[in-house]
Amino acid sequence: MANSKLKRRLNKNSFHQLTSDPALFIGVILILASLVLFIVYPLYAAAKLSLSSDGVFSLSQYQYIFTHSYYRKSIMNSVMLGVIVATLATFVGFIFAYAIAKGKIRGSGFFQSMAILPIISPPFMFALSVILLFGRNGLITAKLLHLDTSGVYGLKGLVIVQVITMYPIAYMTLVGILQGIDPDLETCAMNLGAKRFKTFFTVTLPLALPGIFASWLLVFVGSLTDFGNPIIIGGEFDVLSVRAYLEFTGMGNLPRGAALAMLLLVPTVGVFFIQKYIIKNKAYVTITGKSSRRGSTSVTKGAKNGLFIFTLLVSLFVLLFYVTIISGSFIKLWSVDWSLTFKHFVYAFDVGLTTLKNTLVLAIVSTPITAVLGMVIAFIVVRKSFAGKQVLDFLSMLSYAIPGTAVGIGYILAFNKAPFKLSGTAFILVAVYVFRNVPIGVQGGIAALKQISGDIEESSTNLGASTAYTFRKITLPLVRPAFFAGATFAFVRSMTAISAIIFLVSARWNHLTVLILAQTEIMRLGAASVLSFALIVVIMVFTFIIMKLTGLKQSQIFGTTN
Amino acid sequence: MEQNNNENYLVLKDITKVFSDGRGNDVTAVDNISLTIKKGDFVTLLGPSGCGKTTTLRMVAGFELQTAGDIALADKLINNVAPFDRNMPMVFQSYALFPHLTIFENIAYGLKIRKLSKEVIMNDVAMVSQMVNLVGLENRYPGELSGGQQQRVALARALVLKPEIILFDEPLSNLDAKLRIQTRTEIKRVQQMMGITALYVTHDQSEALSMSDQIVIMNRGEIAQVGSPEEIYNNPNSSFVADFIGNANFIDANVSEIGSDSLTVTVQGKSISVGKTTEEFSEGEEVSLAIKPEAVDISLEPTGFLGKLDVSSFLGSITEYKIEFENSFIIAIHSNTAGHTMKHFKMGEEVHVDFNKDFFHIYKK
Ligand SMILES: Nc1ncnc2c1ncn2[C@@H]1O[C@H](COP(=O)(O)OP(=O)(O)O)[C@@H](O)[C@H]1O
Ligand SMILES: [Mg+2]
Repeated sequence: MANSKLKRRLNKNSFHQLTSDPALFIGVILILASLVLFIVYPLYAAAKLSLSSDGVFSLSQYQYIFTHSYYRKSIMNSVMLGVIVATLATFVGFIFAYAIAKGKIRGSGFFQSMAILPIISPPFMFALSVILLFGRNGLITAKLLHLDTSGVYGLKGLVIVQVITMYPIAYMTLVGILQGIDPDLETCAMNLGAKRFKTFFTVTLPLALPGIFASWLLVFVGSLTDFGNPIIIGGEFDVLSVRAYLEFTGMGNLPRGAALAMLLLVPTVGVFFIQKYIIKNKAYVTITGKSSRRGSTSVTKGAKNGLFIFTLLVSLFVLLFYVTIISGSFIKLWSVDWSLTFKHFVYAFDVGLTTLKNTLVLAIVSTPITAVLGMVIAFIVVRKSFAGKQVLDFLSMLSYAIPGTAVGIGYILAFNKAPFKLSGTAFILVAVYVFRNVPIGVQGGIAALKQISGDIEESSTNLGASTAYTFRKITLPLVRPAFFAGATFAFVRSMTAISAIIFLVSARWNHLTVLILAQTEIMRLGAASVLSFALIVVIMVFTFIIMKLTGLKQSQIFGTTN
Repeated sequence: MEQNNNENYLVLKDITKVFSDGRGNDVTAVDNISLTIKKGDFVTLLGPSGCGKTTTLRMVAGFELQTAGDIALADKLINNVAPFDRNMPMVFQSYALFPHLTIFENIAYGLKIRKLSKEVIMNDVAMVSQMVNLVGLENRYPGELSGGQQQRVALARALVLKPEIILFDEPLSNLDAKLRIQTRTEIKRVQQMMGITALYVTHDQSEALSMSDQIVIMNRGEIAQVGSPEEIYNNPNSSFVADFIGNANFIDANVSEIGSDSLTVTVQGKSISVGKTTEEFSEGEEVSLAIKPEAVDISLEPTGFLGKLDVSSFLGSITEYKIEFENSFIIAIHSNTAGHTMKHFKMGEEVHVDFNKDFFHIYKK
């Protein structure tokens, strides 16, 4: 009774904070409105289309999908692929994380880079390399082993490229968790008589389990929603994301395409909720007490060597793919005529220079918008209290959970007519970049702001600093790494986007990844290699510039978000 | 033989530990120390932070391999025994409780590894829980316990293995002052009851003085002195030990005369006679005299040396006086027992300082 009264009073107060601060009030309203317009509304448009037949509500699309083995097969395929890739990528990511965090193997710096390198690569660069190496005219399969094979197209090839593309997700999720496991715990287990093996299985692994679970789910969703790799190397192996695209754009069956995209939404939103509400609460509280934080002795020399060899082999394998793309750019006709040439460059720049420029311009325009918006939302969520704050928090993170395919379809449906006639414009692409990437900035910002306890700012005030001074000298420097990490991620993701923007590009505003895809489909692999190579160079140069300008380290940029 | 085994139960011989970071920056954490520990003794490694206590303890536990030297337990070299085979449970400063296991599972961890039967495990855990007063908390997780309770779980987890020897690394440093004193009597009681040999690391002198049979004072990776608490307190062998263990006052003096079994030194033109030590002094040499605060007396009667009262602090059972003396400060402590009334002096007042001359120790400067 008294309790509910108190609650009501608190609510009133928090509403009061909003109305008594007009700038905050207007800001929140504007942000909420844009989140609704660019995240909720397109999703609603796609859902509505998939759930109607001749203008009335109907489940007929879904019924059709589930009663035809042709579609059921692609669902099964997607799930099977997801399970295999999630398991293998988590395994590889775990080994990297363990080798770096616990094994302290030689060359940790190199392996850290290798563990995140695939993130900054174009979406189907690995698929392209795999074709060059293992395809019908592959260097290894056809030339060295004289196999006549197309086996690389389909499940096998997809598993290879997706594992390579996604083990960094697992690594980034797990490395922090493994580093967070106090070495004293492992030392103590051994002190109590547990052999190293036993220590690993009774202490280290159980403590990492929530992280392993989280990483598995993230990769599973990543594999499920991946579009770039399956469309290039999927072959006969039909998956949901590609099917939705082909149905929607190829066959012009918009409702069925939308329904297939909606099906992708089920697992992604499910994982989103599991992440947000279950795993977070499951994480073990760290026990107070001062840890000696000494290197744990839980990894033997032999195990260290094993870890070193494994990570080295994976790294070399990944590097081989890069070398392949670079060589592919210079070789006249792969597997037929190995002579060196610049003609792919000439051709690629002929067809691609404008697109490269446009891609870059849009990425550069959307990056600061994304980063600032993310930080502003984070600031409001952490520091302000008002009714409806949860809604803001939820909506800003939601787009993370929506598969690109569903976003693309939703945007087309929502923005092809008045009052929001945006299709074909640069604006729609910028909107996609901003609202798809803003969750990363929000998440990083929230984490950074939460670390700054109120005490820190209060003590600054207490020492005589004005609010503005405190913000400039205390708050800002502390959130700076998170801000630039968010910006870099936004840039990289804008440059490597495909699954959503493939629905939205136009002749005027094309995207480089779409162009690479087109070149690959017409088997101009040399040109595709050149364009991929160019994309990698642009991303690396950008990351390098950010690092130089801000003085941040690579691990600060790619380690604060996951 | 048996006798010898008990006297030299745990032996560290010429132990050195050098950490190198691979870039040529070597840190000698422990520098050629030797130590013999009697069975059943409570031995403390005491010294300032960074002097090598933890490193020494971790070498005994087997987590660090010494760069040189031998460690023997009951006449057997254990240099090459793996840490998990040493059976020397350690109570960590961080407690190192397994956050994913309940209190019961934490305590039972070592027993399960030793593949004991379920009944034995239940029984032993119950017994130890009783002993350290954890009954009723068995099903909780470490995160749900207070600091003091967590500390007792860490202790129980070690005790349940019924070890011959138990290692402690500053186990009380995360507790508040009152709990710290309570828990140290607790640890001592259990150790004596079970007849366990204890090697205990601390930087807190009152902890060391109150708990130990033997104190090993360490300084910069070396052993400065070994002895019983009384020996160390009353006869510190160096100015470092005198300062560290007794908060001694140091007074500058000049050697004026060397007798057969005593020395005469001059302070403020007055002669003081002090007992000889093993160190050699020469006439005219500048030396340091160490004297504990409780051996310093002050009064208004012109009996001794001249000083000026800087500040006095009433601390309940004692009163502490800070006195300006010979361009530096010394501390005097008076006990406020019934019968003695507290002496009242004014700040900045000239006072006369007297020393209980039996308590002087002389050290080279
Ligand atoms: N793993 C290590 N690597 C390098 N130096 C170390 C390591 N462990 C301890 N040291 C150094 O050894 C010295 C002694 O440390 P420690 O044994 O922890 O001292 P104490 O426990 O007495 O405070 C310190 O200078 C410390 O920096
Ligand atoms: Mg220590």
